[in-house]
Amino acid sequence: MSTTTADPDALDLRPPAWSRAVRFCQRQPLGSFGLVLVVIVAITGIFAELLAPYNPTANDFSSMTEAPSLAHLLGTDQFGRDLMSRIIFGARTALIVGLSSAFVGGLLGLVLGVGSAYFGGTIDLLLQRVFDVVMAFPLIIMALAIVSIFGTGVHNVIIAITIPLIPRCARVVRSAALVIREVPYVDAARACGYGHVRIIMRHMSPNVMAPFLIMVTAFVGQAILAEASLSYLGLGVQEPVPAWGLMLQGGAEEYASTAPWIAIFPGVAIMLSVLGINLFGDALRDTLDPKLRDR
Amino acid sequence: MRGFLVALSLLIGFGATAAETPKRGGVLTFLIPADGGPSLDGHKEGTYAVLHAMAPFYSTLVRVNPDNPTSTTDFVCDLCTGMPVPTDNGLTFTFKIRQGVKFHDGTPLDARDVSASWRRIVFPQPGVASARRNNFLMVDKIEDPDATTVIFRLKFPTLSFFPALADPWNFIYSHRILEKDQHYFERNVLGSGPFKFDKYEIGQSVTGVRNPDYYHPGQPYLDGFHAIFAPKQQTRVDAIRADRAAMEFRSMSPSARDQLVKELGDKVTVQESDWNCGNVLTPNHKRKPFDDVRVRKALYLAIDQWRGAEALSKIAIIRTVGGIVYPGSPLAATRDELTKLPGFSPDIEKSRAEARRLLKEAGAEGLSFEMLNRNVDQPYVIVGTWLVDEFRKIGVTVTQKIIPTGPWLEAMRAGDFSVALEANCQNIVNPIADTGRYLPHEHYSDNFAYHDDPKQVEIYNKMVREIDPAKARVLMREYEKQVLEVGAHQQPVTWWYRILPIRSYVKGWKITSSHYLNQDLANIWLDK
Repeated sequence: MSTTTADPDALDLRPPAWSRAVRFCQRQPLGSFGLVLVVIVAITGIFAELLAPYNPTANDFSSMTEAPSLAHLLGTDQFGRDLMSRIIFGARTALIVGLSSAFVGGLLGLVLGVGSAYFGGTIDLLLQRVFDVVMAFPLIIMALAIVSIFGTGVHNVIIAITIPLIPRCARVVRSAALVIREVPYVDAARACGYGHVRIIMRHMSPNVMAPFLIMVTAFVGQAILAEASLSYLGLGVQEPVPAWGLMLQGGAEEYASTAPWIAIFPGVAIMLSVLGINLFGDALRDTLDPKLRDR
Repeated sequence: MRGFLVALSLLIGFGATAAETPKRGGVLTFLIPADGGPSLDGHKEGTYAVLHAMAPFYSTLVRVNPDNPTSTTDFVCDLCTGMPVPTDNGLTFTFKIRQGVKFHDGTPLDARDVSASWRRIVFPQPGVASARRNNFLMVDKIEDPDATTVIFRLKFPTLSFFPALADPWNFIYSHRILEKDQHYFERNVLGSGPFKFDKYEIGQSVTGVRNPDYYHPGQPYLDGFHAIFAPKQQTRVDAIRADRAAMEFRSMSPSARDQLVKELGDKVTVQESDWNCGNVLTPNHKRKPFDDVRVRKALYLAIDQWRGAEALSKIAIIRTVGGIVYPGSPLAATRDELTKLPGFSPDIEKSRAEARRLLKEAGAEGLSFEMLNRNVDQPYVIVGTWLVDEFRKIGVTVTQKIIPTGPWLEAMRAGDFSVALEANCQNIVNPIADTGRYLPHEHYSDNFAYHDDPKQVEIYNKMVREIDPAKARVLMREYEKQVLEVGAHQQPVTWWYRILPIRSYVKGWKITSSHYLNQDLANIWLDK
């Protein structure tokens, strides 16, 4: 007697990854452009030590407020610090804050959103009212309030941005999970005697991944903007940490007329990274949403 | 650039020396770079936000000569009729008070008002705050034997008494009101100064109108003033540029000055001065490893004050390197004396090598800490950012905790910090009183190093009783060495520099070494 095992690859009828990537680029040129920008920011942040020509916090009094030149491609700030190096390291700060806030906020929102939909009843009612309260405040106002309580610094900024993101994700995920809660396989899982955690984590959460990923992608951009805003207001990361919003605070007003490059380049960095993330997020939504996919 | 500097020098010179006949009339609009003060009481408060708004309403007993305000020894009478000659071996000062002076409500001002106000400053009742009472430890009694005489009796003769007496915060209040309510002047204004109080919009503005009964003949020249609170520098620059305001009295940054001079040309003059104000680096001696003198000294040795001050003067309101005494004073260390102290050597590489050695010896290699700083750009944040990079050069990693003034003060008062960047701002240059701020916390409540040094206190007590300037100078060197080298308790980090761009039509006012001095506006007139 012989046994045969099905070859899983033989059952996968999807086109290969490279082919899907090419198709994505053809269908979503703007999204692809966004992805390129996101990848550039990510590489810049990850390999900042290798890419930055100077130490981003080292003062150089012989080069204060120098215009862009071969020695300093984007010029220097009022301390003589190389702007290009600060922008490169600033990408790391933006990524740390953006990704941490988006993923932690998104994951907590996912768990709470799916849990709220699954349990329903009083738990759902209470959680939704709490979310209503948190969402009544604009993200930046809520973050300002939280950073006022916890204080400044990278870690506190991440906490301040993460908290207002949680209900935003939970609300969207809950609406998707409410539909999934009623499908037969969830009833079947319950009938098999599986625990709540297993049903939520194994059977419901994977099925709300599409809206979840779209939300998280959008959150990264929002978190980067929020971090820049907090730093600009003096409530985010502190000098001499290289951060784009902080660079705008230092240069935007005082040197706007005499050394405009101090404000322009960090502003451009914020704009391009948020633009890239938003374009990619839109394309991802179009690709993952079955209703939009074939339009 | 050179042409610009020559033009600037001419403007400064012109502004400072031109002697013209004052014109009567007009309202001066000026800016106060703050959100407003905690109260209106000059005896209680210590911020220019209160003084710039309130000084025009009040008289003082004596004051710095408004026509020679940069002098550190030229004091003249305000409410008194003649400067007293001390008697009783320098222990008694008798002042005759002007007659015919009235408070703005029409009630007469006499010696009882002067003595009651001074008693409130020197011997405040329980529950009444007096910010500068420590400056008057030498005062034994204040008497008013008749309506025109006030006598100060001292416990010991000292050089620091008279400059402290001319302190611009020492407003004269009505004794009738003080007898009823010692806190009245925290919320109300009633003085006898050149301007009568008109209105105060909290956190917005203060207005005053000319006092026709003012006792200095012909003054004030203005019909009134309008002081606007504007904490953001760019708002103030825009206001002066658009002629919505004529000036401010604290200081603007070099770039703001250059911007206004470039845009307004001869419509703006610039007055500049060294400033009796400087940053101080304060390690908390109660926290490890800053309880170790070697670690504290290593931090000071890392700072290249000479090169840093020169470079940062281009972007911040700082300029001069000095020890604990205002650099313009005869009691200040000379450059030779200064360079022998830790942290002031011009050979920075040698100093940093010594700093690394001290850290290694103290077992504090790779030290990292958080430096508490105030969220005021000029110059706190700029100096703090510079210091972080200086510490990096000896292998010390520092992050800044930059917070608003209230929490910053609270953290220092609670001892909740490792190292703090703070400031030492004084008014009349009075080195012996001014350097009292370096005394241990139990002797000077606003010293936040939380150190203990009986030897330092002993030297100070000798110095404050010394009336021979030459001997006082010797004692000051000994005191400075104890603070900066033996104990390495705190470190002065560059002295500040005042830069005031002023609309050219504002005349009569002269800059001083303090943003607290010469603020009654009586001698200002508008050439419009």
